[in-house]
Amino acid sequence: MRIPRSRSSLRATGLAAAAALVVGGTLSGCGSSGPGGSGKGDISVWVYQDPSTKVQRQVVERFNKTSKVKVKLTQVPGDGYSDKLRTSMGTPNAPDVFFNWGGGSISEFVEKDMLLDLGPAMKKDPSLRKGFIPSILDAGGINGKRYGIPMRGMQPVILFYNKDVFKKAGAQPPKSWNDIIKLIGTFKGKGITPFVVAGTDPWTELMWVEYLVDRYGGAGVFKKIQSEGKDAWDDPAVLKTARTIKDLVDRRAFGKNYKSVNYTADGASTYFAKGKAAMHLMGSWEYANQKANQPAFAKSGLGWTTFPAVPGGTGDPKNVVGNPTNYWSISGKLKGEKQRAAIDFVKFAAKQDYAKALIANGDVPTTSDASALLNGHENPAYAKFQYDMVRDAPDFTLSWDQALPAKYTPPLHTNVQKLFNGQLSPTAFVDALKGM
Amino acid sequence: MADAATRHTRHKRVGRPSAVWALPGALFFVFFAVAPMILVGALAFTDWDGIGTPRWTGLSNWTRLWDDPDTHQAIRLSLVLTALTWLVQTPLALLLGVWAAGRQRNRAVLSAIFFLPLLGSSVALALVWKSLLDPNFGLIADIGPTLGFADGDLLGSSTGAFGAVLFVTAWQFIPLHTLLYQGGARAVPRSLYDAAAIDGAGTVRQFFAITLPQLRNTIVTSSVLMVVGALTFFDTVLILTKGGPGTDTTIMPYLMYKNGFQAFDLGYAAAVATILVVVATTVSLLLVRLTGFTAMRSTREGM
Repeated sequence: MRIPRSRSSLRATGLAAAAALVVGGTLSGCGSSGPGGSGKGDISVWVYQDPSTKVQRQVVERFNKTSKVKVKLTQVPGDGYSDKLRTSMGTPNAPDVFFNWGGGSISEFVEKDMLLDLGPAMKKDPSLRKGFIPSILDAGGINGKRYGIPMRGMQPVILFYNKDVFKKAGAQPPKSWNDIIKLIGTFKGKGITPFVVAGTDPWTELMWVEYLVDRYGGAGVFKKIQSEGKDAWDDPAVLKTARTIKDLVDRRAFGKNYKSVNYTADGASTYFAKGKAAMHLMGSWEYANQKANQPAFAKSGLGWTTFPAVPGGTGDPKNVVGNPTNYWSISGKLKGEKQRAAIDFVKFAAKQDYAKALIANGDVPTTSDASALLNGHENPAYAKFQYDMVRDAPDFTLSWDQALPAKYTPPLHTNVQKLFNGQLSPTAFVDALKGM
Repeated sequence: MADAATRHTRHKRVGRPSAVWALPGALFFVFFAVAPMILVGALAFTDWDGIGTPRWTGLSNWTRLWDDPDTHQAIRLSLVLTALTWLVQTPLALLLGVWAAGRQRNRAVLSAIFFLPLLGSSVALALVWKSLLDPNFGLIADIGPTLGFADGDLLGSSTGAFGAVLFVTAWQFIPLHTLLYQGGARAVPRSLYDAAAIDGAGTVRQFFAITLPQLRNTIVTSSVLMVVGALTFFDTVLILTKGGPGTDTTIMPYLMYKNGFQAFDLGYAAAVATILVVVATTVSLLLVRLTGFTAMRSTREGM
């Protein structure tokens, strides 16, 4: 930026200072409720604003019709949600009930004892616990305690493939690691990139690392990293994963220019849809993404399968990684009547009409009885595949960059990117993770 | 006393406004620049994750900063980027500005087109360039191999990504500096060129003997803007390269953002910010001092 000095130094410090000032109360602009968090009889609810928000708007309307304590919904525009939530927690403007991603997105709030432990409420009303797929509910907890009620669709990471490309090559979707290696050779011979990966958006590369670590050592490896800290990166599964990635890169499984490919500007998805790449490891939102940008491909060309097991791996190949769902969490400050009202409000997420609203919106709900409802989905086969895959998964590992505290996200992304780029050797990668 | 009194009356005579006139500007500066800067300075000695209250940790952020290879790399990259920015943009903007100062119609039309990037927001421009640099669908897919980036893999190579940041910011900001030079060149009195022409000086000679010396103050102004601007580049890096590949385009402002608003390690980010403020202020003060800009000596001496 070419700007006069006084303004540029302001800019340099402004970013960091903004956060400092926000705590001083300038945030009131975004919470419509103002100081006190909510009116005398209201509870304030914050939700991430995107096309799915309409489901939450409807549920608030329905809730307010019957409840004495009213819910006031604040929709926070997507990009700034985490920052805003973080800076408001611990101030009088903090929401009473709020949308989150579980794991690392709430771990620091839990540490500071700001959230309501939902264990007792679940004991009192078992439907709250039994209403959801267990692995999803577990992923919203921390250290065995539960702080989140699932309230949106599931987003597992799926191995997508291009049906047309496979048909032309006379190939079958991979069922084992051996198939993967063979397919790499097949597609390379035809001038097609076997797997597209968006190297400028390292979270897409992280999906490979997450699945491989799970397949080599099981879900326990990452659980240990979460609970025991950075020395647990020493697990042999991590090194094996790094070596496998290097092997894939050396085989040119990701093509030659993956380092410059992006996901956020739709580079990877277009490349995949146009048949220049055969497979794409991506979150389940890839379907909605393709539907928006390449509707014909989404309808007939998009295939999906699970991530295969690896030779010598001890992990259950039924395990899934990704974003289990989003959760409602309740502030620990709520007491008495308001707390009961908040619990009643989040309970709505376990009801069938809520699940139906999610399905109508194109999401796959995480409630345990949703199976029969999935015929109402615009693509029932895809919805059922997803639902069964997640329901049958012994473990659903939350994306590492969401599960670990925020301060590990940038170095994790950087190190994974460096591994894919060949800037870090497999052993140097493990050392770098231990040094985070 | 007497001297002060005469100076006072002289000020009155030329109608200089009193200090009160500067008050709104000064207050704005104090509230939105000085106060946040002091807060950041204090924050740099704490550990704060954005929740709860900052905890004093003394010098620990600073010792970490001293040993952090990412910070060393960021400082080096920022300085190299600043130097290259100046070296690339100054000659181009100077020549274009002097050219655009001519009153011919074709020059007026061409400069109007050339100034267009100035109207776009940095974010929009960076997004456009990001699409152009897409290795499969962008312009770079076609011209990459000629430039030495096989398969259009420009953003994936360290020098390529760094060069892209340098190029996109130059493309975006050269028009602004051209505008400065155009104004400066137009202010050079016609009579100087007439006299030189009578003495038999050609165009090139006139440029070096008249235009360049007359533009001295413009060069200093433009250089200060360029250097301080380059030290605080942010938007382009955020959108185009995200500091990558690896950390090879992670310059100081981006490092600050990464620590502050991705890692929520606000104390450490504040320490990085403090360094940035000190470096930027020092560099611009040095530039102004060394070039004698503060003396405001007239370029019209002897006329």
